[in-house]
Amino acid sequence: MGLQKTFFLHLWSFLILLFVPVFLSACQHHIPPEALSLDSESLKLRQIQTRVFQTDDEIKVLIACSSLLQDLGFTIDESETELGVLVGSKDRSALSAGQIVGSIIFGVFTGVPIPWEKNQKMRASVITRTTGDKKKSIAVRVTFQRIVWNTENKVTIREGLTEPKMYQEFFDKLSKALFLEAQEI
Amino acid sequence: MMKVHTVKKYVFVVFVLLFMVGCATTHERLLDSDSSQLRLRSIQTRAFETTDREKTLRAVISTLQDLGFVIDKADAKLCLVSATKLDSYALRITVTVRPRGNTHMLVRANAQYELTPVVEPEPYQRFFTALQKAMFLTAQEVD
Repeated sequence: MGLQKTFFLHLWSFLILLFVPVFLSACQHHIPPEALSLDSESLKLRQIQTRVFQTDDEIKVLIACSSLLQDLGFTIDESETELGVLVGSKDRSALSAGQIVGSIIFGVFTGVPIPWEKNQKMRASVITRTTGDKKKSIAVRVTFQRIVWNTENKVTIREGLTEPKMYQEFFDKLSKALFLEAQEI
Repeated sequence: MMKVHTVKKYVFVVFVLLFMVGCATTHERLLDSDSSQLRLRSIQTRAFETTDREKTLRAVISTLQDLGFVIDKADAKLCLVSATKLDSYALRITVTVRPRGNTHMLVRANAQYELTPVVEPEPYQRFFTALQKAMFLTAQEVD
């Protein structure tokens, strides 16, 4: 009998120890320290995402950017010319043949098919500002990000896109549209 | 040694208390009633010695871009900017700018990380440290 009592006491203590941290952490999420800090990566990204054009016409640059976003299939969600802000987004498929094949093979062996990535929302914000001596140049900075959903409609990826080639191509197209050479910062 | 049923009673009370403090009601979540609004306003706000509203807003936008945010919305008349950062987590922020007297602009930021409001001072401190570099001005704490 004594043994049984001790067993139950231990069981209850174990359960309490198990559940207390779970309950306390249930409603808490903590922001990582680097989320709002500048680091060496920030400067590198700024260089990849920015080009300077020799013109003082900010509106002309913004119009060229909005046409370019349209060319790239984005729809404009938000614009504020006074602050040089343009925001666009597009929904696209995220299917990749490799992932589907992998999922099917996994399903055949285990009997449990795993979901694959199905669609994605891609967002772009383009910001212009005057720069240089006597404010005779316009700096354009574009940033891309995406959210990916799988076949169960669960978000699987949330990320900023940092591939330099994407930005290079965007600015190549922008300089063609502006008939101006894009200069790196 | 305590009897088993006494232990059970304690455990029950502990669980009831945990349920009560563990998660908030819809009303509390809608109005974030659990946080002190004055304290929060003070940790979310800094003053900058400038009267140039547009310059301040543009510095805010460029700082947000430096920190990896994509701008969601900007309004020059209401002097506000909202942005989202996606980096395996979702961090949303709104920054507003308004004049204070004839010499300063007040910048206030409020952020949410995933599903929780950011109420600690440190993340805002880091944001204003980044902002003052773009402003070339010191961020002053306000009461």
